[in-house]
Amino acid sequence: MEDSKIRGADIVIKSLIAENARYIFGYPGGAIMPVYDALYDYVNQIQHILTRHEQGAIHAAQGYARVSGHVGVCMATSGPGATNLITGLADAMIDSTPLVCITGQVPSHLLGTDAFQETDVVGISMPATKWNIQVQKVEDIAPAIARGFHIARSGRPGPVLIDITKNAQVSAGEFNYVPCLNIRSYKPYPKVDDRAIQAAAALINKAERPFVLYGQGVILGKAEKELRAFLDKSGIPAACTLLGTGAISENHPNYVGKLGMHGNYAPNMLTNKCDVLIAIGMRFDDRVTGDLSRYAKQAKVVHLELDPAEIDKNVKCEVPVLGNCQETLEKLTLAVDQKSHEDWIEKFRELEAEEKRVVVGNDLLPTKEGLTMGEVIRHINEFKADDAILVTDVGQHQMVAWRYFQYKQSRTQVTSGGLGTMGFALPAALGSQLHDYNRQVICVVGDGGIQMTVQELGTIMQTKAPVKVVLLNNNFLGMVRQWQQLFFDKRYSFTELENPDFLKIAEAYNIKAQKIEKRDGLREAVAEMLIHDGPYFLEVAVEKEDNVFPMIASGTSVEDIRLS
Amino acid sequence: MNRYTISVFTENFIGILSRITLIFTRRGINIDAFTASESREEGIYRITIEVTTTQEQIVQLAKQIEKIIDVIKAFYYTDEQMVFQEIALYKIPIENLDPGLERVIRQHNARIISAEKDFVVIELTGHKEDTQELLEVLKEFGVLEFVRSGRVAVAKPMETIDKYL
Repeated sequence: MEDSKIRGADIVIKSLIAENARYIFGYPGGAIMPVYDALYDYVNQIQHILTRHEQGAIHAAQGYARVSGHVGVCMATSGPGATNLITGLADAMIDSTPLVCITGQVPSHLLGTDAFQETDVVGISMPATKWNIQVQKVEDIAPAIARGFHIARSGRPGPVLIDITKNAQVSAGEFNYVPCLNIRSYKPYPKVDDRAIQAAAALINKAERPFVLYGQGVILGKAEKELRAFLDKSGIPAACTLLGTGAISENHPNYVGKLGMHGNYAPNMLTNKCDVLIAIGMRFDDRVTGDLSRYAKQAKVVHLELDPAEIDKNVKCEVPVLGNCQETLEKLTLAVDQKSHEDWIEKFRELEAEEKRVVVGNDLLPTKEGLTMGEVIRHINEFKADDAILVTDVGQHQMVAWRYFQYKQSRTQVTSGGLGTMGFALPAALGSQLHDYNRQVICVVGDGGIQMTVQELGTIMQTKAPVKVVLLNNNFLGMVRQWQQLFFDKRYSFTELENPDFLKIAEAYNIKAQKIEKRDGLREAVAEMLIHDGPYFLEVAVEKEDNVFPMIASGTSVEDIRLS
Repeated sequence: MNRYTISVFTENFIGILSRITLIFTRRGINIDAFTASESREEGIYRITIEVTTTQEQIVQLAKQIEKIIDVIKAFYYTDEQMVFQEIALYKIPIENLDPGLERVIRQHNARIISAEKDFVVIELTGHKEDTQELLEVLKEFGVLEFVRSGRVAVAKPMETIDKYL
């Protein structure tokens, strides 16, 4: 071997270091062993986090990516290791999370022979990745990784998978890392058309009841400041999607709440009353729009969006404004008139008061005996830091926590939005915490979801990540039960759980734990958890059959939103 | 529902065809015909896909195809916006080669491209309607095998792929 040549496995690690990857979330196995062997020599330059399952690894990488804004890196072996990544890839794909996943593959000469732990992971992951590739030669490793990082982080971000055969990992090659800056077939940032800006501004300036909907595109495009400036000048009321939450503080005077199935009453109702709808970095998910044939039909739609394929996909728009919303918002702000829409915003406040009276009061300050999920979140708000990160799983607790947690900053909301992946929260919270050990990371989970990835308590133990786990336990798969109650004649088909003693599980992982079953002591327990130095597990036994309201039943219109 | 042709210009990478067909599979849309070849530009491949769908859906399909990293550009056209051809081959038993068959071949502007011991191969280039019509006529002479290609097509609009490179 010539001196300047190194193993493909070393090239993998050195390429990740060249991309400033701080963590690799992963799990070793046969076909990726050479890379793990190489990793042993670079532990001072890059940290590896050994999760307890590959799904945990990829969700942790997602959590890290969502909070940090950097590309999350994860690694797994071939076959089952690789297939265990699929849920996370699909989740990252639909939620536009930048990831680079490296999988080991059987040696080239065994491809297609049904070799031990051989799976066509490039084939399987194709619809769940922004881009993927199999690398069979050592000289192709670094260019593939460079291309992968560029694709994952640029434009509309997404997951990338790079499958590297074992022979490429053990062959020797030159290492000369050249970052990828341009791919001729890939134009991640469409050129902003000034005529579109002017057309949008003309519509907005004439509007009497304009309404802004903002999504994660604002966060991904680092356009939080630009959004604030736009709202300050235009005076337009604004509501957020699930993943757009936190892009501006909920204390902003134009902020009028959250959209969608379990969002707020006012923004959903008034979607069908506005005259110009300005959608910014959001994709009109069906959980936001409800029945499309009765969605904002009276409004002219302006859509600020980076991804051309999102234009007219679900909602037809009058004026598409393609481009990164950081740039388009800045230009649009210059072009719109300084205005205030106080009377119009007042309409939102009236409906907001109605929601407070019928729903919020009972959720946050219940008079009944059973504990509500809402009051737990109320106490969290009381003691949490402004920059605390809320990580949630999927289901009732997710919607309640989202509704009531006071978001003050961007990138403080981590949840599985588009895919609705139960089991997401615990590993994602770990990944979020690793970005900054000093931030509060509060992981709110249900008793169903936590058991899908509960093994990651082991990773929390090993990394000493001070994650605060709040288990809202109703001994039910609560959201499914709610649907069964409302739409399936209370036929509670397989939604009630016989649960283990969660405290014993937490204690087995050496994590300080406490269980609260009565209102007395809840507030103190939340306070104790949040000041505790280290991971903490707080189980709260909540009312078994509470429902989440407001609710737009599946297939109905935004204005059919129910308060009870 | 209309007949559309999607013309896709791509880099030549492994898996690109799968990525393209997945876009149809996922939406439950059938591909009527599919051809691929190198384009005028070296290294750039041109894929021609024929599909029957709605105007709304074709716009989405083209956008989703173009979103694939290694796709340079995807255009879609109606039949009126294209010049296209398909080729068809017909295998007929040699014993049925009689003046009647010769007349049919002449009338349809088809030709015999190969004569073997047991059969002849007739070729016709044209639109699907043309090749289908000949097939119906040839059935009385006994068609041992029939095959028709996907369409090859050039667009009438004077736009070239160069400006997207």
